[in-house]
Amino acid sequence: MPLLTDAMKQELQAEIDRSETRKAACIEAMQIVQRHLGWISDESLLEIADFLQMTPDELEGVATFYNHIYRKPVGKYVILICDSVCCWIMGYESLQEHIARTLGIRLGETTADGLFTLLPIQCLGACARAPAIMIRGELYTDLTPERFDEIIASYRREA
Amino acid sequence: MTVERPLTANIQPGGEPLSLREYEKVGGYQAVRKVLTSMTPAQVIDVMRESDLKGRGGAGFPTAVKWGSVPLDSKKPRHFIADADEMEPGTFKDRVLMEGDPHQLIEGVIIGSFATEAESAFIFIRWEYTLAQKRLRRAIAEAYENGYLGKNILGSGFNLGLHLHVSAGRYICGEGTALVRSLEGDRAIPHSRVPRQTECGLWGKPTILNNVETLCNVPHIINKGAEWFRDLSLCEDGGTKMYSASGRVKRPGLWELPMGTPLREIIEEHAGGMREGYRLKAVMPGGASTDFLLEEHLDVPMSFGSVQKAGSRLGTGAVIVLDDKTCPIGMVHNLEYFFAHESCGWCTPCREGLPWAASILQAIENGKGIPEDLSTLEKLTWMMAPGRTFCALAPGAMEPLGSALKYFREDFEQHIREKRCPWR
Repeated sequence: MPLLTDAMKQELQAEIDRSETRKAACIEAMQIVQRHLGWISDESLLEIADFLQMTPDELEGVATFYNHIYRKPVGKYVILICDSVCCWIMGYESLQEHIARTLGIRLGETTADGLFTLLPIQCLGACARAPAIMIRGELYTDLTPERFDEIIASYRREA
Repeated sequence: MTVERPLTANIQPGGEPLSLREYEKVGGYQAVRKVLTSMTPAQVIDVMRESDLKGRGGAGFPTAVKWGSVPLDSKKPRHFIADADEMEPGTFKDRVLMEGDPHQLIEGVIIGSFATEAESAFIFIRWEYTLAQKRLRRAIAEAYENGYLGKNILGSGFNLGLHLHVSAGRYICGEGTALVRSLEGDRAIPHSRVPRQTECGLWGKPTILNNVETLCNVPHIINKGAEWFRDLSLCEDGGTKMYSASGRVKRPGLWELPMGTPLREIIEEHAGGMREGYRLKAVMPGGASTDFLLEEHLDVPMSFGSVQKAGSRLGTGAVIVLDDKTCPIGMVHNLEYFFAHESCGWCTPCREGLPWAASILQAIENGKGIPEDLSTLEKLTWMMAPGRTFCALAPGAMEPLGSALKYFREDFEQHIREKRCPWR
């Protein structure tokens, strides 16, 4: 059963059409597939490589290099917690401990209900409003434990 | 005296950016019109040379020299790239410029592409800048619809395609040759600087790469002239500069100020000084890869030359303040951990040296340091000095470490002597 649907292939083809080479579309291609399937499994990696006429090893080399290509399954909501210097000064460690206690997961882990994955991220560019996290591309700043709990509650309601 | 703030004039904090029509009403795209209908590429470069615009990405390289170094008879198509991969910890100026006034950047890209005769342009933006991506996508579509991008722009015969590339995230993409590899669909590993990218870059074609803030200055220089631009500044480098301050200051933020504004004014006036109960211990003047400076350096004008004379670099102008209640060793460990994580792993000194430095710092912070650690760290700063690694990542990482060893010697020794972190 192929993982790439015709709709996904159309999106991939659009990226290839504007690229100088098929391979040059590979980072966009993996981001497109990940948007649909959540992560890049071995099976989808093989199909993307085939579509782009790359070897699986070559694509794997690219996939494992970048921070936002997931080669393992992640939860429905990925919580990116900034661990860079300004957030560190402004209380990253205590925020991370609070998250770990509240959700019962450490960095790199997913909650048992499959809802949340906690990952560290390099500087979110919100240094004047530290500490900061990002969920589904949404930036949350000046975070306190109380504010974090409210945010998580709203995602639970949505889920 | 009113201070001119050309880069941020259209930006409403918290508000929506100007649409193309609104941008045109305040003089937007007039510079593109002027350049495309009445100037030659060489004339555009001449204006940049007279303005003495220097790159705002950190290196301070003269824009005119970069644009002028594309050989006239070199291969086409040429490529023009706006580097929006702002990942230097502490830095967020380009995010604010892109979110607040996306057309200003697009206008700079069009003029830069015209000046270097590039027909294909990219904005290479980091994954995390989702709001900037959304606003740039809309602005690029508007620019195409209104004939500022595409074929035969304003009837001038000049063609330009612009693509927004969303990176999948890696600090090393800020290194020009690595960024080009990433656009080619490869691991972002830097390659040799010979030949230069302006001769042989993206897909082997001449490629020009400029920082977002640099490009945002370009339309204003075209409209108002080189002399106006030079007069905006308080020092030998022209223009205004986006400066920010973060850490335990009263009002962390970002301000467009005359180039050469003293570091003290940024921290004490604009950022409101230190928060109640905190004292300033040290400052990184330009992001995570710049040497620490101390209180005694605060009167330094924040220009490329002056900060260098004080022993650091202007970098991105992103000031990070270290207070007296934060452990300097913990901070340096955080910085070196970042650089170790972001090393591309290609050359040995960086791949092996940075995790080594980070692990020593962690041991010292955890009370497991030994006196010999300090000489090992010193040796590492020498082993990863400029010229010993393939690119600038590791030498940049050594700037905070080297200056910390100089300025926080007593704090290092106390950690080792007492076998604990005095701040914990």
